[in-house]
Amino acid sequence: MEEVLFFTAALGALGGALGVIAMRNPFYSVLALIVHLFSLSALFLLLTSAFVAAAQVVVYAGAVMVLYVFVVAYVGGGGESAWEPIPGQRFLAPLLGIALFVELSVAVLSSSLLALGTEGPDVPAGFGDPAAIGHLLLEKFLIPFEASSILLLLAAVGAIVLASNRREAS
Amino acid sequence: MNTEWFIVLSALLFATGAMGVLIRRSPMVILLCLELMLNAGNLALVAFSRMVGNGQGQVFAVIVMVIAACEVVVGLGLIVAIFRRRLPLNVDDLRELRG
Repeated sequence: MEEVLFFTAALGALGGALGVIAMRNPFYSVLALIVHLFSLSALFLLLTSAFVAAAQVVVYAGAVMVLYVFVVAYVGGGGESAWEPIPGQRFLAPLLGIALFVELSVAVLSSSLLALGTEGPDVPAGFGDPAAIGHLLLEKFLIPFEASSILLLLAAVGAIVLASNRREAS
Repeated sequence: MNTEWFIVLSALLFATGAMGVLIRRSPMVILLCLELMLNAGNLALVAFSRMVGNGQGQVFAVIVMVIAACEVVVGLGLIVAIFRRRLPLNVDDLRELRG
């Protein structure tokens, strides 16, 4: 059962990722990314991390993708030019991607991490649920948590400054 | 499922995202491919967290999500600014900053 779920979700994630880079229309790319994100959250559930899975759906598939859809609708699709600054880039890039995949896999699988071939230890029932993550975030990782909130505020201010109309007038 | 399956899948998704950054020209799709790469990293973090049996890796994944949200907000702000100035939305045409 677990294998079936894993391979279904893995196929969904991979298909979504390939859809993002293959679709001509950016709007369809965004839709493919939503498929990818839902499959990834299923994978997170398989790894018994309920909070990350929920945050993935709510934050990514909910908020961030809506932002993308708005910007795609505002800017419009628009085709890409066929002009290539580096000749044959479209054929070299997949080769480089395959090389990167092989290299990453070899690097991880040939490492001496003995637990790689296992499912990991048995975890208690509350592993990865919101309460456990909340305790970690507000006790052990309080400073990174606060720093990330400041970063979010700065990003919001930066986006308003970047996208505002005022600068064009001056 | 063993951890290595998740790690290999994460490597595959990361390579797909990197390939997309190299192939596509539209800055919007390149941002989407950056999301793919960040999510592949997240999957590896959560898989390792499960392998060790410790929830701290999941906190890392949550922080990575925050960083991704910031990156999206700034990137989309830039795209809107580029569009408002009637510049072409194509990374090959926007290379004045290249040395």
